[in-house]
Amino acid sequence: MKIPLTYTLKSLWTRKLTTTLTIGGISMVVFVFAAVLMLAYGVEKTLIETGSDENVIVIRKAAQAELQSQIDRDAANIIKTLPELAATPDGKPFAANELFVLINIFKKGSGDMGNVTVRGITSESMLLRPQIKILEGKMFTAGTSEIIVGSSIAKRFQGCTIGERLKFGGNYWTIVGVFDGNGTGFDSEIWGDVEQMLPAFGRPVFSSLTFRLKNQSDFDALKTKIESDRRLNYLEIQHEKEYYAEQSRLMAIFIRVIGTVVSIIFSFGATIGAMITMYAAVANRTVEIGTLRSLGFRRRNILAAFLIESVLIASLGAAIGLFTASFLQLFVISTVNFGTFSELAFGFTLSLAVIKYTAIFALGIGFIGGFLPAVRAARLNIVNALRAS
Amino acid sequence: MSLVSVQNISKSYWRDSQEIRVLTNISFDIAEGDFLGLMGPSGSGKTTLLNLIAGIDKPTKGSITVSSTDISKLNESELAKWRARHIGFVFQFYNLMPVLTAFENVELPLLLSKLSKKERREHVEFALQIVGLGDRVHHYPKQLSGGQEQRVAIARAIVTDPTVLVADEPTGDLDKVSAEEILKLLERLNTEFKKTIIMVTHDPRAAERAHKIRHLDKGELS
Repeated sequence: MKIPLTYTLKSLWTRKLTTTLTIGGISMVVFVFAAVLMLAYGVEKTLIETGSDENVIVIRKAAQAELQSQIDRDAANIIKTLPELAATPDGKPFAANELFVLINIFKKGSGDMGNVTVRGITSESMLLRPQIKILEGKMFTAGTSEIIVGSSIAKRFQGCTIGERLKFGGNYWTIVGVFDGNGTGFDSEIWGDVEQMLPAFGRPVFSSLTFRLKNQSDFDALKTKIESDRRLNYLEIQHEKEYYAEQSRLMAIFIRVIGTVVSIIFSFGATIGAMITMYAAVANRTVEIGTLRSLGFRRRNILAAFLIESVLIASLGAAIGLFTASFLQLFVISTVNFGTFSELAFGFTLSLAVIKYTAIFALGIGFIGGFLPAVRAARLNIVNALRAS
Repeated sequence: MSLVSVQNISKSYWRDSQEIRVLTNISFDIAEGDFLGLMGPSGSGKTTLLNLIAGIDKPTKGSITVSSTDISKLNESELAKWRARHIGFVFQFYNLMPVLTAFENVELPLLLSKLSKKERREHVEFALQIVGLGDRVHHYPKQLSGGQEQRVAIARAIVTDPTVLVADEPTGDLDKVSAEEILKLLERLNTEFKKTIIMVTHDPRAAERAHKIRHLDKGELS
């Protein structure tokens, strides 16, 4: 690149209006693209962080999620006695057999019904998920029909504040606390005593069993042991983090595919905008191009200068679009999780990968939009270009 | 020995299937240190001939040798390199980059050389001093008068110390006083710095400054 960057930068500034409009157009497309990636990443982050690296989850083999899974009490008890499991400080197996069911509650605002996850837990459940903190009120008392609700549930659903009662499973359940799941999927759940919930929902079996190993390295051996035990071989074990990552996959792919298709359609407009701007730049500077060529600058120098100009416009659009999109992190939205069919609250999340892909997308717009005009500039006949004066 | 040798040059353009002959069988030599004036009415082919000698256009027939190099045989890339080293351009409308300062405009041809930033600065300052604009280094073209703009353009043309300076109607866009200054400057570059100059003009007063004058009419030397 022999033509100085100052020439490119100052040339951009001389066409303030068209440059600004083009940057504006690109920034809007970048905003949409970044928002989609942030949304998909938000879903993944929320669900993946729901799982812990240290925990192992057991569900029925054919089930894709806890919702379709069944584990009978005998099988749960057998697993709990396996020597590979860690123990709690008071010597009990570090394992929690849980129930997972869906109920309908009216949402605030729209008044529509939404599916909400109710999780029946044990005292070990809290030990397995130390990130859970009681924000308001207190923990439910085992053996009663008290429940606690996740912070997203308290915010988004009607009748979900402390002291109110919810009717489900043929019972009234009193809300005694609101817990914070630290931005995980648990924020969108209602928790109560599993032993109260099993009869309430008429379920003789648990949905899942979550436990912690003494040594993480025992996982493969334990998996083989369970698969070869005829009493347990209808179950499968997974690292909890992998299980939740799998839950997020379908939804994240759906958001990414839909969002990327929409963004690509928008990007045609932005690319054509950049192309029109750059064609105008070439037309306005035909004499300058002829002069530069006559001074000895080669076609490739001209090509590079105009391509850089176009990519610079796109880079500014990318910076503005990303900066604006970063404010989306202040918002939390909720939608149905395809894995569990329950409402899941999650935020737009900016990551280095989102920034990288957005930058590549924007630079692509700049490069494609600037390429043809740059080729035209580079191919100008010197004599004809000088005659334009 | 001649510095520039034009041998049997013809140049035609094609409009649809019709050939338009601009130059017909032109031959002449220019010695080193000459100041040649090319005169003729509009459309006589003066600028086309200048463009051919400067290597921004190619003859349909014939050869042009500048400093022992037959430029009619060079490809486009080689010609660009050759122009950067051997030709200094002065245009009628100055053709300065409006977004660059006088300094940056003059520095442009040096960006194609291997000179360091410090050496480039020294060359640019020297060229601007020669044209009497040492105090206008950071001015933009729009902050300069027409005469000053043309002097910046001359500084840009001489900053690489080219073999030949080609000027296409250098006073065509200037008032009488400014035109006189530019002609004096070109004369000084020829006498004091021994620059070989080829100047296209249809102004007889401008042509008087040249050592030799060649007339073109309908594409032929007279």
